[in-house]
Amino acid sequence: MTDTLLAVDGLTKTYPGVVANDNVSFSIAPGEVHALLGENGAGKSTLVKMVYGLVRPDSGRMEFAGSPYEPASPHSARASGITMVFQHFSLFEALNVAENIALGMENPPPQRKLAKRIREVGKAFGLPLSPDRLVGELSAGERQRVEIIRCLLQDPKLLIMDEPTSVLTPQEVEILFETLRRLRAEGTAILYISHKLEEIRKLCDRATVLREGRVTGICQPSAESVRSMAEMMVGSTLKTPSRRPGTPGATVLDVAALSVAPASPFGTGLKDVGLDVRSGEILGIGGVAGNGQDELLAALSGEVRVVRGALRFHGNDIGNFGPVARRRLGLLAAPEERLGHAAVPDMSLTENALLTGAVREGLVGRGFLRWNRARAFAKRIISAFDVRTPGPASAARSLSGGNLQKFVIGREILQRPACLVVNQPTWGVDAAAAAAIRQALLDLAAEGAAVIVISQDLDELVEISDRFAALNGGRLSDARQVAGLTMDEIGLMMGGAHDLAPGNAAA
Amino acid sequence: MIRLERRPQASRLWAAATPLVAVALTMVAGSALFGFLGKDPFISIRTIFWDPLFGEFAWYYRGQLLVKAGPLILIAIGLSLGFRAGIWNIGAEGQYIVGAICGAGVGLAFYPAGFWFIFPLMIVAGAIGGFAWAMIPAVLKVWFNTNEILVSLLLVYVAEQLLASVSLGLLRNPDGAGFPGSRNLRQYEAASNAEIIAGTGIHWGVVTALLAVIFAYVLLSRHMLGYQIRLAGASPRAARFAGVRPNLLIVFCLGAGGALAGLAGLFEVSGPSGQISIDFNSGYGFTAIIVAFLGRLHPIGILLAGLLLALTFIGGEAAQANLGLPASAIQAFQGMLLFFLLAVDVLASYRIRLGSPEAA
Repeated sequence: MTDTLLAVDGLTKTYPGVVANDNVSFSIAPGEVHALLGENGAGKSTLVKMVYGLVRPDSGRMEFAGSPYEPASPHSARASGITMVFQHFSLFEALNVAENIALGMENPPPQRKLAKRIREVGKAFGLPLSPDRLVGELSAGERQRVEIIRCLLQDPKLLIMDEPTSVLTPQEVEILFETLRRLRAEGTAILYISHKLEEIRKLCDRATVLREGRVTGICQPSAESVRSMAEMMVGSTLKTPSRRPGTPGATVLDVAALSVAPASPFGTGLKDVGLDVRSGEILGIGGVAGNGQDELLAALSGEVRVVRGALRFHGNDIGNFGPVARRRLGLLAAPEERLGHAAVPDMSLTENALLTGAVREGLVGRGFLRWNRARAFAKRIISAFDVRTPGPASAARSLSGGNLQKFVIGREILQRPACLVVNQPTWGVDAAAAAAIRQALLDLAAEGAAVIVISQDLDELVEISDRFAALNGGRLSDARQVAGLTMDEIGLMMGGAHDLAPGNAAA
Repeated sequence: MIRLERRPQASRLWAAATPLVAVALTMVAGSALFGFLGKDPFISIRTIFWDPLFGEFAWYYRGQLLVKAGPLILIAIGLSLGFRAGIWNIGAEGQYIVGAICGAGVGLAFYPAGFWFIFPLMIVAGAIGGFAWAMIPAVLKVWFNTNEILVSLLLVYVAEQLLASVSLGLLRNPDGAGFPGSRNLRQYEAASNAEIIAGTGIHWGVVTALLAVIFAYVLLSRHMLGYQIRLAGASPRAARFAGVRPNLLIVFCLGAGGALAGLAGLFEVSGPSGQISIDFNSGYGFTAIIVAFLGRLHPIGILLAGLLLALTFIGGEAAQANLGLPASAIQAFQGMLLFFLLAVDVLASYRIRLGSPEAA
């Protein structure tokens, strides 16, 4: 084996109107964890797709394991020993874990054998997963495990991972890193795409930084600071969110003894959840994916009605209010899933602005839509939150994840909520956009709103919350002041995570 | 290699052009079909598409065009509301029959009185009949989460039995010498849906169909309820988040579809058909499904599609009569129209790429 596993030399790919990759070169050695850094739209995805055989470069060449490499399809990439875990999962919800894994393999073994292998690999790498469960019932974090295990079963020489940790807890991230380090020790190279610079510093041997389709630097992450890498990526100095310390005001939302039955047989119901959030304060709610986050958001947004007395808003019982009535009072929400929940993919941004803005922004009069006002509201969101799009007539589907997220969060914030509940506000969003969203949430609280941030990104929660609570198996821990809280204490609050710790998983 | 690539945004140009391209392709393929059957392709196409509008006997056919298009459009508009929201009412044929039975029943109950309010009352009864028949799948879906496709479809066959029963029993003409079928409403002036302008084929059903087109257009493009219908169809979860109550939409969409189908049945039985008989229904309720999709579930599109399909029916009958084309050839021809429409429709959301595969 040569010193270079994959060599990429002068790859260029042009789409109508955009040069996605301009003469990009880099190389990966066997057993190297190589990071690919860059903002959304910097060309990381295109580059990776070319390596994985999904996109054919206009010019340039690649070499894999010493011989010319021109993958015509992901099939031939996999045959060469390159597998990939996508940021957006390609799984069939109606099939179970083992069936999904078999579908992505070149030569799947019989189901029973495969199920055994899934358990073995899952155990060995700390990714416990029951092969018989339906993917439709899995949380985002568990779905990712399916993708990872699918790749690991194929003994890859090069594993490409696109934003793998965005849905994991610190403990889970540690396990994943343990997995990846073990793979590295076996000589498997990893191409690692992430916005989380701290992770890249911990894990990666080298990093290639992309900006606007060009390589702007190759660095050794452990020798750089998070800040210096972020600036290399953005091309300018980055400002950290600033918070104005203030004293919280009156209680806005008060939740007591809230129990909600699970939405599906494998879902997590809420059990006796209690919390309160006061004006001017941000309450952070952490926890592993699938521990009741979606259910909590649905109960607060009004998608699910709850028993009388469980929800009080400014002291009034709102348990049986629907989403529209709650919005009218000032309780707003932004769900995790952007496409298909917070926004409708095939509708324009104007129509999506109408989705939640109808009542508070006066976009409807006597049942008739005021399109001009709706369009103006959409334009206001686009300009206030720097949403990159040709205009309000664009379909939500045509926006990148980060831009759509800015639109969704902006839509709620501009309605001046008295209380805003957001789930995963910066999932899959690039560093600059994530910083802008966090700043907007801090500003909202500073203006006197009560904010609840549900997130699996603990760094984010520690950065912006005043108090922190953790969801585990549908139960919410008591909230504690973030100041003075250590990561270990947070890990303990998240409770259920202990059985995933590396020590147990290896046993 | 030919591949389809999803457009980031559906093409408005193609969305508007697909029906025209589909009609053109149908003419080409239809010509080939008729040619193989030994008929002159040009004359066949002309008989179907041109003669009913501009030929020697156009004065007769043009009236027939509106008579056939009216119920198709009226029913299709109602169905399109549900289809937009992802609520699949397949049983318009049954709602059409029950609307006709209820409307005709009310009219015949007053026979031979001549009050002015009889016909308006029949209209109300027809709408209520269709509405009530559609409420069966709606209520079952809301309460027991049954599948409205199956329930509404099976109720068509129940309605057909009901039709046979009343034609032989309850509504049979007492002066009809024992023949099945009701009195002829066209000979009962107070209950007759006569032509408004003689010779044009325009009766109250045609007027109602046009009103329904305008109503649906305003509802879908300007009203909150129409927005909620589109929202529920595009993304049910986002619709719930927005505060749409799914059960309300189920009741509204099925109810509106049933009421319009019932109206179509009433206008048919009191006008062109004239009487309740065992073979009163002629498949308008099913053809309207094709009309709704041919018109891309858009009110204006449905108006045009209803006229186009009515034209192929009338032209098809003329071609059978004049050229001796088999009925099955005409049906195949109409099938081609739908086939090409759906095939070309793909181009609105996807573009064709030649060359190497690539998923950008």
